[in-house]
Amino acid sequence: MASRHRELGLTDSEYELICQKLGREPNGVELAMFSLLWSEHCAYKHSRKLLRRLPTEGERVVMGPGENAGAVDVGGGHAVAFKVESHNHPSAVEPFEGAATGVGGILRDVFALGARPIAILDSLRFGELDSLRSRHLLDGAVRGIGHYGNSIGVPTVGGEICFEAPYEHNCLVNAMCVGLAKRDEMVRAAAAGVGNAIVLMGASTGRDGIGGASVLASAELGEGDAAKRPTVQIGDPFEESKLLECCLELLGRGLLVSLQDLGAAGLTSSASEMASAGGVGVDIDVARVPLREADMEPFEIMVSESQERMLAVVEPAKVAEVVAVCEKWQTGAAEIGAVAEHGLVRVLRGADVVGEMPVEALVDGCPLYDLEPEAPEGWVYGNRATLGAGAGAAETLLALLATPSVASKRWAFEQYDSIVGSRTARRPESADAAVLAIPEAETAIAVSIDGNGRRVACDPYAGTVEAVLECAQNLACAGAEPLGLTNCLNFGNPEKPTPAWQLDRSVQGLADACEALGVPVVGGNVSLYNEGPEGPIYPTPVVGMVGELPRADAAAPSAFAAAGDAICLLGPFEPTLEGSELAKRRGELGPGLPQPDVAAVAAACAAVRDAARAGALASAHDVSDGGLACALAECAIGAGLGCRVDLQHLRERGCTPEEALFGEGAGGFVLSGERARLEALASDGVAVLYLGQVGGEEIEIAAGDRSLSLPLADAEAAWRSLGERL
Amino acid sequence: MRWGVLQFPGSCDERDALRACELAGGEARLVWHETRDLDDVDAVVVPGGFSYGDYLRAGAIARFSPAMEAVAEFAAAGGPVLGICNGFQVLCEAGLLPGALLVNEGMRFVCRQVELEVAAFSPPGGGQSSNIAGETLSIPAKHGEGRYWAPDETLDALEASGQVAFRYAPGQNPNGSAREIAGVRNAAGNVLGLMPHPEHAVDEMTGSTDGLRVFESVAGVLA
Amino acid sequence: MARARVLIRPKEGILDPQGKAVERALPALGFEGVGHVRVGRMVELEAEDPARLPELCEKLLANPLIEDFEIEMINAASSAPTNP
Repeated sequence: MASRHRELGLTDSEYELICQKLGREPNGVELAMFSLLWSEHCAYKHSRKLLRRLPTEGERVVMGPGENAGAVDVGGGHAVAFKVESHNHPSAVEPFEGAATGVGGILRDVFALGARPIAILDSLRFGELDSLRSRHLLDGAVRGIGHYGNSIGVPTVGGEICFEAPYEHNCLVNAMCVGLAKRDEMVRAAAAGVGNAIVLMGASTGRDGIGGASVLASAELGEGDAAKRPTVQIGDPFEESKLLECCLELLGRGLLVSLQDLGAAGLTSSASEMASAGGVGVDIDVARVPLREADMEPFEIMVSESQERMLAVVEPAKVAEVVAVCEKWQTGAAEIGAVAEHGLVRVLRGADVVGEMPVEALVDGCPLYDLEPEAPEGWVYGNRATLGAGAGAAETLLALLATPSVASKRWAFEQYDSIVGSRTARRPESADAAVLAIPEAETAIAVSIDGNGRRVACDPYAGTVEAVLECAQNLACAGAEPLGLTNCLNFGNPEKPTPAWQLDRSVQGLADACEALGVPVVGGNVSLYNEGPEGPIYPTPVVGMVGELPRADAAAPSAFAAAGDAICLLGPFEPTLEGSELAKRRGELGPGLPQPDVAAVAAACAAVRDAARAGALASAHDVSDGGLACALAECAIGAGLGCRVDLQHLRERGCTPEEALFGEGAGGFVLSGERARLEALASDGVAVLYLGQVGGEEIEIAAGDRSLSLPLADAEAAWRSLGERL
Repeated sequence: MRWGVLQFPGSCDERDALRACELAGGEARLVWHETRDLDDVDAVVVPGGFSYGDYLRAGAIARFSPAMEAVAEFAAAGGPVLGICNGFQVLCEAGLLPGALLVNEGMRFVCRQVELEVAAFSPPGGGQSSNIAGETLSIPAKHGEGRYWAPDETLDALEASGQVAFRYAPGQNPNGSAREIAGVRNAAGNVLGLMPHPEHAVDEMTGSTDGLRVFESVAGVLA
Repeated sequence: MARARVLIRPKEGILDPQGKAVERALPALGFEGVGHVRVGRMVELEAEDPARLPELCEKLLANPLIEDFEIEMINAASSAPTNP
């Protein structure tokens, strides 16, 4: 036992602290439970202090961090719940099931609040596509997301996919879910009511995910036994669809006191967190848990990560009715314990107590650590030139459009059902954000998920501010005002100085940007220790935002609409090549990024949003990867119409022709429509530059000595080439 | 006009179908798979989704439900039945329509707007306003197992007797279906199945409204 | 209680893209000379009355229009292939 705690990931001092809190040494069951709840994944021990910097309040916030998901009020007695979570490590092992169960898990977090899931989005990052491993992970993850989302009938309406060498060993799969609830039918996770029953619903419990904890097994592990202790969780969307309908019916009929999903650390975390939130204790009898395998030990039952299970607190008089509803939906239900006064998590097997720990020790007792951040010297990530210095402007544009991170992701999103539910007013690639109708509340919402790794590596503070601004810009194009934000922070090993510095600066950037925009953080997730043999991943904050718009048709499409329409650039866009896709292709990445002017970008967002709502915009698209030339090309390709523009006015801001074409930075919107109406959007704080006109079959961009002219068909072939590489 | 939309564990598009039926005209309600209750129903819709998780084969388990037994009797008596996507699969498994749906040729799920050509089509009732023969409809398809197949002799017979109801327009076949077949009718003309989803083409906000024509033509079977 | 294993495979003449994909992937992994791959399903079960198995297969486990099936009795010495 003396060194077992180390095998389970606990430090010596953490172990001593546990002994202190218990007044004795923990037994096997207790050690297993502490090791999970005190792990980084569950306890956030290296990030929790930082996360306290984030603004979490707002008048539209209905549920904030700490609940299963966040939620904001959308009027009409309704709330929209949403959250993003990572499933990085499982996806690197088995991408199909890792991504599928990631989707399953985030769906449960949302319907645990009583919200019916209405949309899924996902942010995926892999190594470069010339790696067989990365192609395999991409293929598996996309199929897994499609499999789970499509089968359960929740549309996957948006997302992003990015390819960078630092993710080769540690891919990122961040899944976001949005749900809709009636405010008075929402439920919190806190267990309440001493004497109330604890009911486990859904699938039976097996050995999924036990993996590392198997060192605690009483029996000797023989060679063939490795198969008995799988680390990969297998998802079953059919089971979840039944569980979802069952839970929503139970909540609609007021049969549950509280509800919590079982995710990481299974029963251990759900039962403990419910108890902690409610300031009560719980008794759990593992002998009453429906098992998939006969001879499971108590610690396995408490630690299992079998999917598609929920834990509910039910008044004793209502238990029979709850079981009847579960039977109707053909999903399991078992009364496995009770809420108690004793403030302990007590694990029983029949009449025997096999583990007993104070709730407070388990859930809040884990020490929180301060980071020891240290800025690195120079660029720590390497560079690889894949585009010759002598490439002409047109050739450069084609190369950028064909870059997998920039190219159309149609290959992926056509594998997702994006329309089930009849709410999807803007399908993938048709607008900068997904737009969903909420007729129940006579409103509509827009949702976007955006992250950045490379630019955050250049400057974690500015890069993170940019990620938040990009999300807000996408929502603005859809005529939406942000209501709330969720985030997933994907970083390396926080015990090392560089990732610690990246995390510290990134969280500060996130906090400052949200504060300045007035957008509260309603929930999120942290994934640390994403490091491979070559070092950490790019520091990658992923931001998901939900905004509201008055009617679904207030969202402008991304692509140009008609020949003859004027094209304008709105916003404080001052592009540079630092951290850009072009700099990457030239092997010229290094530290440093311009500091975005958040107030100016916010003003630009407001102008675009109001213009979209007023119907003044034929199209709106924000400038991001690949710069203005790529944004213009995307607008043209989507429309099947060329364009003829001159970037002279932009160059007057002091950028070179190359920066004007391919430079990146926040605050750029490409708008099209009637010239007078677009130019009327200019004000003291908002600049509008006339660029040119929609029309013809060529993309013609005048930019001093880097002017280019390219047949639209060639641009389209490059932009749509992703599928051919797989 | 009263529509009954079946609901199995794992159905996904049944509420979308309810809405589409109502937009097409009339009232619509769900028919739980364990009941045989079609007494007050004029037309049946077997909706899209993943009934029973598509386990074993898509539609293979749903076809044995009490509701489907009632649908078989309803169809034998001439009642109009519309099977969409998974519903089409269920009707083929149940033998109410000829042929079978196999894994897409590309082996991936495909969600894409497709153009459908409506084949020569005269509903038994002869109603003119609902006759959509010769029209081209823009309707979304979303499925992983939608490749229509039947032995050649069967396909020849279907074509000869006008039972091919919908074909993918040239270049639009998303799954390798034989002879570009997207949907078929039974010999009596009252049972119709198609892989694309007309219930997702009933509202300008979410796409085309061509799907309404399909619901109207099924309703027209009674006219 | 008789134990049986039912093998279900796509009929000859029906395009089997999964079989084709497996076949195409094999040479790159170093396996030459492997062809005619067909991918199907396997169902194992215990039955009190093995005489009813062919009917069970025809009605539910296989779709006779597009699939062939074969029943193997596991605890018997001989296999009992059955094709409609």
